[in-house]
Amino acid sequence: MSATTYAYLSNNLIYSAMAVYTIAFFAHAIEVSFSVRNVEVAVGAETDNSATKFDFSRTQRSGRIGTAMMILGFLLLFAGVIARGLSAHRVPWGNMYEFSITGALAFSGAYLYALVKYKLRWLGLPVAIAVLLTLGTAITVLYRPSAPLVPALKSTWLAIHVSAAIASGGVFLLANCVAATYLMLDRMESKGARKVWAQKLPSLETLDQLAYRLVAFVFPLWTFAVIAGAIWAENAWGRYWSWDPKETWAFITWVAYAAYLHARVTVGWRGRRAAWLCLFAGSTFLFNYVWVNIWGSGLHTYSGL
Amino acid sequence: MSEIRELEAAGLLRWMWRQLTSMRTALLLLLLLGLASIPGSIFPQRSQNPMKVQQYFSANPTLAHWMDKFQLFSVYGSPWFAAIYILLFISLIGCVLPRTFDHLKKIGAKPPLTPKFLEKMEAFTVVEGVGSLDTAEKWLKRHRFRVRRESTSISAEKGYSRETGNLLFHLSLILILLAVAVGGLLGSRGEAIVNVGERFVNTPTSYDNLSFGKFQKEGSLVPFALTIKNFKATYNITTNAPSDYLLTVAAENPAGSTANTQVIRVNKPLTYGSTKIYLQANGYSPVVTVKDKTGKITFQGPVVFLPQDANLTSTGAIKLPDMNPQIGFIGSFVPTYDRSATRGAFSVFPEALDPRLLLSAWQGNLGLDSGNPQSVYRLDTSKMTKLGLKQLAVGQSYDFGEGSITFDGWKSWVNLQIVDDPGKMYALLGAILAVLGLMVSLFTRQRRIWVKIDSTGKALQVAGLAKNGTPGLDEEVAGLVAALSNTGSEG
Repeated sequence: MSATTYAYLSNNLIYSAMAVYTIAFFAHAIEVSFSVRNVEVAVGAETDNSATKFDFSRTQRSGRIGTAMMILGFLLLFAGVIARGLSAHRVPWGNMYEFSITGALAFSGAYLYALVKYKLRWLGLPVAIAVLLTLGTAITVLYRPSAPLVPALKSTWLAIHVSAAIASGGVFLLANCVAATYLMLDRMESKGARKVWAQKLPSLETLDQLAYRLVAFVFPLWTFAVIAGAIWAENAWGRYWSWDPKETWAFITWVAYAAYLHARVTVGWRGRRAAWLCLFAGSTFLFNYVWVNIWGSGLHTYSGL
Repeated sequence: MSEIRELEAAGLLRWMWRQLTSMRTALLLLLLLGLASIPGSIFPQRSQNPMKVQQYFSANPTLAHWMDKFQLFSVYGSPWFAAIYILLFISLIGCVLPRTFDHLKKIGAKPPLTPKFLEKMEAFTVVEGVGSLDTAEKWLKRHRFRVRRESTSISAEKGYSRETGNLLFHLSLILILLAVAVGGLLGSRGEAIVNVGERFVNTPTSYDNLSFGKFQKEGSLVPFALTIKNFKATYNITTNAPSDYLLTVAAENPAGSTANTQVIRVNKPLTYGSTKIYLQANGYSPVVTVKDKTGKITFQGPVVFLPQDANLTSTGAIKLPDMNPQIGFIGSFVPTYDRSATRGAFSVFPEALDPRLLLSAWQGNLGLDSGNPQSVYRLDTSKMTKLGLKQLAVGQSYDFGEGSITFDGWKSWVNLQIVDDPGKMYALLGAILAVLGLMVSLFTRQRRIWVKIDSTGKALQVAGLAKNGTPGLDEEVAGLVAALSNTGSEG
């Protein structure tokens, strides 16, 4: 197949993935919202244990469809990213469009991994929304035709540095979803009890631990991404650290997550404060990705906008 | 009286030291460092883009003047930024070194004593029957716990490498900071624009700009010389984007020795020890011949022009101070010529496929004797009068009255960046150790397990403690309990 055929195929796969993620979104939304109807039926069962007060079995199937669609969407997106790489004969993250689709892939991959490991089906709704938003922006605003790289990007470090950054970003975003859910539920509980649909979401303590575990797991990878970037910068620009806006914000993200880890481990922050700090750290990553790429100036001008 | 004051002063110093080296202060300084680096990413910085700083000054003079007082245009070299990272550095050392000595002392130390009441600990389990402490000790040792055996209990701990990794990480950060300082104090960094065909000898006078670290001597440059043999830029014909830059040089090290051919690319610098030579930018130098009225050649050769857009439309100045009256040209080099009513002459492709040289000729005082430094790429026309305007194709001449100028052709120039950073290998070592330390520290689970014969003497109590709430303690205790129950039932 020729380069343009691959590029065309890639675009179609991305559109298909978006359609599938939309189905996943509705499936998860139905799972969450229609479980409410069963309350009265469940109360009649007269079990005192509050956790079994609600019967969610009626929307189980919808949840399973959601998960199946999340897996299918991931596979389509994966194929789309690979086809994009084949069309340009290189790693598929040479501009902001490609970075976005690969980032969405890493994010949904991180979700599927966490789904298996921590039983996170409830997180499917925010994940589907975030993936749809990322892909939607990518294909409408950021889209650029498949093209070869400029000389500065022709390096093995592109594969190493950027893939590490994308993977870290995917997990950081997932941790942000968890922390945001924590804050939402925390607010609900401080006003009284959880709303019915939120009853089967995990306990606050579980969410708090999960956010920490995700960050602790990926922080070394982010450190590595920054270091790999520094090695590449030394090789390409003659200076391993030049306080370019992108570098500066990568450093700020690093500092913010380092502060989060310290705050938890040494100072003993838990719960609300930790969740806010986690959200703040994640937003510095997003800021770097959006603001610095599009409106900032500097050496990392790869958005092609 | 004075003794008391001395005591007070010493106490105050001790207090300040304790405050500075406390974990909270270190954390605060870390966050402050992050915050302090923000303005440098928002406002233009002199070290990165002096032109943009100039533009900022001319756009808002008063504001810029005040911002400059707070070094907002050179944040990363400013005293207040330095103050934060030096304090952080001291705080880090004060935090980490005592902990390192503590940790070293603990090598081979036994776990702390078993607490009196295990009931309140995590994963508290009672194993009825006769499971023995020996079995527990064997199991714990097999699972790589450090064990402290008492008469009626066992205290075991695992995961000491968590602190080892943690300390390694923080000590590596100190190494990186030292490496940055070494690079800054003992290194050098400079740039030079060299035309194809010219020879660059690595001495301070060959550079367009060169800066040395505080403790670096000027004679310490590696004595190499490079002759630029060829420069080839390849462009994508549909997007006009560059696809490859290839610089071929004849390199002599030291200068005067046999030359060997070397290739320099954007991601492949030429290396001599800790010195690296980078291909940083490129452009065009139109080659011209200027003759005076009598036909005598007053200037001949390439003149470096600076690229202004992606299609390498380049501008520059040709100054002839020795002609009488003095003559100057403002020039524009268009590599692949096109023309439109609105934009005038412009370039449609970055490669020199159909070049033109647009010149405006000026006569008068070039202003070179005024003592003020002047850009070689710009003509100061304040004391000059315009003679005329002309567009030349290769081979064509322009008679401007006081003489003539011929557009002979063009050459490419390359901007070489030559950097000596003796600290970078240490920075790399520090970075590698930091990541290793971080992984060991974050992925090691630290926990204690206690086994105790209860007051009746007929059952064993098992409990544990997972530091920082790391998961897996329950499973581990369950494994031990299973091992104890098995032997119990067998016996």
